[in-house]
Amino acid sequence: MTIESRNNVETNRPGSAENGWPAFARVGPGNPAAGISYELFLRCVHCGLCTSSCPTFTELGDENDGPRGRIQLMRMVADGRAELTERMRDHLELCLDCRACVTACPSGVEYGRLIEPFRLAVKQADTRLEERYDWFREIVLLRLFPYADRLRLVLLPVRIMQRLGLFDVAECLGLFKLIPGRLGRMVPLLPPPVRGGPRLPKFLPAVGRKRARVAFFTGCVADAMFRQTHWATVRVLQQNGCDVFVPPEQCCCGAIHYHAGDGRGARKMADQNLVAFELDRYDAIIVNHGGCGAMMKEYGLHWQDGLQPHRAKFAEKVKDVHEFLDELGFVPPGGRIEATVTYHDSCHLAHAQGVADAPRRMIAKIPGLEIRDLPESGICCGSAGTYNLFEAEMADRLADRKLQNILSTGAEIVLAANAGCLLQILAEVRKQKASVRVMHTMDLLDLSYRNVSL
Amino acid sequence: MTFPPLIQELRRALGGENVISAPSELAVYDCDAFTARRRRPEAVVFPRSGRDVAETVRIALRHGVSIVPRGAGTSLAGGCLPGECSLLMMLSRMNRILEINLRDRTAVVEPGVLNLQLTTALGREKAGCHFAPDPSSQGASTIGGNVATNAGGPHTLKYGVTVNHVLGVEAVLGDGRIVQFGPVEDPAAFDLSGLMIGSEGTLGIVTKVWVRLTPDPQDHRAFRAIFDSLEDASNTVTQIIAAGIVPAALELMDQGILGAVEAAFAFGFPADAGAVLVIEIDGLTVGLDPQEEQIVALCKKNHAREVLQASTERERELLWKCRKSAVGATGRLSPSYILEDGVVPRTQLPRILGRIAEIGRKHQIRIVNVAHAGDGNVHPILLYDERDPEEFQRAMAAGREVLDECLACGGSITAEHGVGVQKLEFMPRQFTPADLAALRHVKTAFDPAGVLNPGKLIPS
Ligand code: SF4
Ligand code: SF4
Repeated sequence: MTIESRNNVETNRPGSAENGWPAFARVGPGNPAAGISYELFLRCVHCGLCTSSCPTFTELGDENDGPRGRIQLMRMVADGRAELTERMRDHLELCLDCRACVTACPSGVEYGRLIEPFRLAVKQADTRLEERYDWFREIVLLRLFPYADRLRLVLLPVRIMQRLGLFDVAECLGLFKLIPGRLGRMVPLLPPPVRGGPRLPKFLPAVGRKRARVAFFTGCVADAMFRQTHWATVRVLQQNGCDVFVPPEQCCCGAIHYHAGDGRGARKMADQNLVAFELDRYDAIIVNHGGCGAMMKEYGLHWQDGLQPHRAKFAEKVKDVHEFLDELGFVPPGGRIEATVTYHDSCHLAHAQGVADAPRRMIAKIPGLEIRDLPESGICCGSAGTYNLFEAEMADRLADRKLQNILSTGAEIVLAANAGCLLQILAEVRKQKASVRVMHTMDLLDLSYRNVSL
Repeated sequence: MTFPPLIQELRRALGGENVISAPSELAVYDCDAFTARRRRPEAVVFPRSGRDVAETVRIALRHGVSIVPRGAGTSLAGGCLPGECSLLMMLSRMNRILEINLRDRTAVVEPGVLNLQLTTALGREKAGCHFAPDPSSQGASTIGGNVATNAGGPHTLKYGVTVNHVLGVEAVLGDGRIVQFGPVEDPAAFDLSGLMIGSEGTLGIVTKVWVRLTPDPQDHRAFRAIFDSLEDASNTVTQIIAAGIVPAALELMDQGILGAVEAAFAFGFPADAGAVLVIEIDGLTVGLDPQEEQIVALCKKNHAREVLQASTERERELLWKCRKSAVGATGRLSPSYILEDGVVPRTQLPRILGRIAEIGRKHQIRIVNVAHAGDGNVHPILLYDERDPEEFQRAMAAGREVLDECLACGGSITAEHGVGVQKLEFMPRQFTPADLAALRHVKTAFDPAGVLNPGKLIPS
């Protein structure tokens, strides 16, 4: 061999003297893995059966960008076998937290419980983040997004422009490209204006025989941009015999704060929701967007303090609307809808919550509807919460991949049950001037119940 | 940033984005699904074409480093373990299906195409045919990897292994030349394509594969037979084969693995079952009834508690998912495992399974079993905790003894996972010195400088 090698040792061979394996679990304070139970790492047997399900691995083909590799990177840091380098951090940041790997993993690795606390700890320990004031994070992400009313107010001028047709003019002139960075990326994500309707009332009674009593969660971005879907959802719940309560003191689920590295802010929101929803009064807390539901179902895992048992109890009550209606026994709608549709699995619904069959079963009941399978349905569309704003290149690649798959089905409508996916797919449809409608499953079901045509 | 000359040359030839050399990014390539041995490569390269592969081989030759090809890295025998001073070649970016020809029932693919990717593409075209090799890892493993290990799978029993379904390959040899063997059979020449298949990247790096597509059977039925004891189940297998029935697949899972599978997929296997056989028959619909009758009768004769047919396509898919993901599900039983891959004559199945249990007891290692039982291919999974070096040694010792026992039964040390580094020490046991010398001659003819995946398959 003619080259000097620094790698030319076989490492970590168990049972050999020089091995380095005693370096297991050297997690001390200051280690980003400090808050992670080491058992969670040991679950991964390194079989690699998950890699092909991972969107970033599929796009890039590098194990560093796949679940098995990311688990190994984190575990090396946990073991004290490696310092977290900038490059390793990049690979971990590129993860969409879409949990496709969780669905694929036969070993039951709870990947979200590894990557989320790990990234959170890295962000919190990053002194540069504090030193360098990030206006986008501070103002837009943490102070604007999670508040539906503020968001609606800020969007008002844009909405007026859209109504007047000025929005499209500005887009044609390329004026939006002048808006810098992540803010500029948000503009094309804005959906075209629709009448969202008034704020939901505190109570909506069941239609027909009363079968359940539920509380409805409205959220932030979802309420500001998709209020019409909220209305559709409660109507569908009513049609299924549910008394629907909408507690007015509720707030955002906290996911935006949590994923932006502000664990404390997220906890505050979670705890406000604990107060807002009186658990004993309801059979379930219903969520209609996958991302919020996934976050709230994990309330019990994120923080270990006095309220933890209460949060865990809360989490148990949280149900995705499809999941809930499917379990309750879904009353099929009667209105015919002659259309071809395809269904996109929102990651936080299908992978994080394991709800994939219920929505399909429900739309299959709509008379006249033809359903076509979406290839790579479980591969993330690139929205992934606020990922789209931070990892623009990967987000764009995945959006294009998603749209090509949608178009390959020839369906007229694509359905999804998560705000982020709806925004992302809508934006891509507009960008590529494709002709396919993007709707929430509840919107379509509602049309069928009301016997209104498309 | 300045790079060492080797890295500089690679970056120039392949483009910087196709070469990884930062130590912190090399770590994840230090092993594949065989985790007992690890070593970091010097660099990882991602060729995009056969020419990239050839160029990399020439650069490696100049710098005296070797090349270890890798697809999905699901090898259970360490086939992708980096060698001393080696480049790891990830074929994941050569993942295009180049052609599907339904008239001739062939397809041409790059090596990084996933096995399931081809099947899905054929399904989408409603092609009415499929690529028959279906290793349990088919959702993740690549066709290049299937070729390298001559992979099998549950349906091997009726349809044969990878070599029966590959018409030809394009490959880069150890001197950097690109050759093509097949796809048109030339009876006057050696079957060099056949030689490449199963050579674990030691003779050439496959850059293109012509595969044969098999017509889908008109009909199929899948059953699960529940037994109280492993012995009854294995006796059933032996008798089905002896009766001259060739099911499409005949698979076995023992009680230990069933626990993990049930935890993963909640299929509904009874918790107290001693073993389950997964049996599939396929072919013309009219022919299935008599086969089914015979099989059910044999199961019953061997005290099967019940024999249930998967009533829907979904149930059948879930049944197969249980079987195929069984090995991965062992993470639920212990932090690490060694998976052996031995073969015995099918009549010896009850004997080997009995011996495996004894060996586990002797070494105090928990062993659970899955098996392509119809082929006599056993996959005992030896569970250990990697944090306990002493237990690891016991697991290794038990694994060796299992393979010893396979040889003693007149079987072989590998069926489908390849030799890799895991079975290297057994090669001299299975082959005579003359056999091994012949293997080495072949190796030298294809790879005179020994640049291709050295230290695998053929003991030095
Ligand atoms: S996460 Fe699961 S599927 Fe992926 S390598 Fe680990 S054990 Fe295997
Ligand atoms: S969460 Fe999604 S992007 Fe992240 S590793 Fe898993 S599959 Fe890949």
